[in-house]
Amino acid sequence: MELKDKLVSSFLAFDEQYQVDDDVQQIRSQAIKDFETFGFPSKKEEAWKYTSLKSALKHDYSIFPKKEDAIEYSQIKKYLIHDIDTYDLVFIDGIYSSHLSTTTHDKIDVCLMSSALNKDKYKPVIDNYFNKLAPKNGLNALNTAFTKEGAYIHIHKNIMADKPIQIINFSTGNESSLLLQPRNLVVVDENSHVQIIERHQSLTDHPVLTNSVTEIFADRRAIVDYYKIQNDKETSSLIDNTFIEQKDESNCSVHTFSLGGNLTRNNLNFYQRGERIDSTMKGVTIIEGKQHVDHNTLVHHIYPNCESHQDYKGIFSDKSVGVFNGKVVVEKEAQKTNAYQSNNNILVDDKATINSKPQLEIFADDVRCSHGCTIGQLDEDALFYLQSRGIPHKEARGLLMYAFANNVLESVKIPEIKKRINNLIAEKLGVELGFNL
Amino acid sequence: MLKIKNLHANIEGKEILKGIDLEINPGEVHAIMGPNGSGKSTLSSVIAGREEYEMTEGEIIFENEDLAELDPEERAHKGVFLSFQYPVEIPGVSVTNFMKTAINAHRKANGLEDMPANEMLKLIREKSELLEIDRKFLSRSLNEGFSGGEKKRNEIFQMAMLEPKLSILDETDSGLDIDALKIVSNGVNKLRSEKNAVLVITHYQRLLNYIVPDVVHVLIDGKIVKTGGKELAYELEERGYDWIKQEKAV
Repeated sequence: MELKDKLVSSFLAFDEQYQVDDDVQQIRSQAIKDFETFGFPSKKEEAWKYTSLKSALKHDYSIFPKKEDAIEYSQIKKYLIHDIDTYDLVFIDGIYSSHLSTTTHDKIDVCLMSSALNKDKYKPVIDNYFNKLAPKNGLNALNTAFTKEGAYIHIHKNIMADKPIQIINFSTGNESSLLLQPRNLVVVDENSHVQIIERHQSLTDHPVLTNSVTEIFADRRAIVDYYKIQNDKETSSLIDNTFIEQKDESNCSVHTFSLGGNLTRNNLNFYQRGERIDSTMKGVTIIEGKQHVDHNTLVHHIYPNCESHQDYKGIFSDKSVGVFNGKVVVEKEAQKTNAYQSNNNILVDDKATINSKPQLEIFADDVRCSHGCTIGQLDEDALFYLQSRGIPHKEARGLLMYAFANNVLESVKIPEIKKRINNLIAEKLGVELGFNL
Repeated sequence: MLKIKNLHANIEGKEILKGIDLEINPGEVHAIMGPNGSGKSTLSSVIAGREEYEMTEGEIIFENEDLAELDPEERAHKGVFLSFQYPVEIPGVSVTNFMKTAINAHRKANGLEDMPANEMLKLIREKSELLEIDRKFLSRSLNEGFSGGEKKRNEIFQMAMLEPKLSILDETDSGLDIDALKIVSNGVNKLRSEKNAVLVITHYQRLLNYIVPDVVHVLIDGKIVKTGGKELAYELEERGYDWIKQEKAV
């Protein structure tokens, strides 16, 4: 049976097994109909021209993982940022692991989507925000239909979350192949601040497909810093759908570090619904083999006096493929918009590919929009310069690639993450840099 | 220390060096002067091991070892240093981190452990003072946005850090004002000893007022056509290169 048919025919059993509030149930029922209509995206669609889901959809995924697998902290410690104090939401095969997690309801809510979807206490927030941002398409509909678990984060007014929050999804290989659909909701009220780290990690070589949807609402003067660490096994595919709505004077940033996985697609949309908003999107992609990473971004400038900054760097080896499709829409009312976009790539090998496509739709006349895209090889002059100082060829290459990608790390606000990513990049490039940031 | 015999070299099939002979002993300073396009920079690149240049004939013996088969980094480990005419800008790597990487690469090649951090800092401080380099400068990205003078000073700073046996200074005076020229020359002179040697490649005699050569060679059209003492440099400054060409033709 095709995956689509299997999913559609499993819905009733799912809906019965994971009961939720009536309103949410209605949303789910509508969503499965939408998924039936849209199905999975194909390469015929403009937004999927360079990315085929075929390799990710070919497995006979299990949709109902049996139960939480017993995982010890020692097995997963290395995937967590553990040298600082954090709140942790850990999911094993899509099921919440209470013994590995640290939640809170003290001034902020860091807890589970499954309880938010059932308890009256959260109903006003769910009614207001759940499924309000994700555009109607096959993948979002699929995730919505199978909504049951994920992170629920609510930072109340005038609160600075006292520590970063980690959302980590592990898969164990308990199922021979597994489809995961985490659903996260992040609501940050006026004048509040939160830092979130998200990671998907497979612990074995079983095929895993994750189709995750995260909706983030940043109210007036809220600050949201979001870090996505994508460094999974080559048997895992990830479709990350993240949607952010910002109100007046809010400041949101998303850093995406794509360092591994079979297929990774990031759909990242920012909707600016207010004035003097700042939106930042940064990414470092370093892949090899036959890996594929696709960044599909949208910034929708709707009101005047807002800014957006996009800076994506990619290093592609072997036969790996990168895609960057960055769309910036500036509506007629959005005067004095400053929108910057840059996408720089290094193709290490002849067979590596990057498809880079800036898309600017500007309807206002008093704006500053710039975009730049470069594709190149490593600078031979620079290589010789480093070698002539005694740095061996391999290290010199690593150092140059590191230097190329490194500036994206400058805006990372959590030093431990900066250090971690720095080490991951160095490891990835196979070099000992001899120094740390 | 360095013996070059009948060196011929091509770039993209075009012969640039057409039979160079040169011998430099420890403690000596040699200058190679010549008009534009005579092959001066090619010679320095070939000695340092730049791949784009193909050695077609002859040999380069450094400390009794043939350099021809060695990678640039191996030549560096043996003690060859090239101060670039156009130092490359490398955004994202600070001068300090670059120096640490280079020093430790040298040590590794010589079977030594990494230099302890405090020792490294001390060395950097000492050598940067020699070149009158501001501390802030060391945390900037390598050569990025540096003025011409800063770049050259940074080259000599690297030379001071790495303590090479043979330093090749390729047009180190270009882009330097008189103050920077003095600082750079002073740095080079302080690093001179009985054990190391310097090869100064220059268009003008100006630098040779400060770094005084023992031997001056004139390179024209890929060949050394005249060799003399430091007074030859003055003569060239005064009379240009044409008289040598004529003398050679006669």
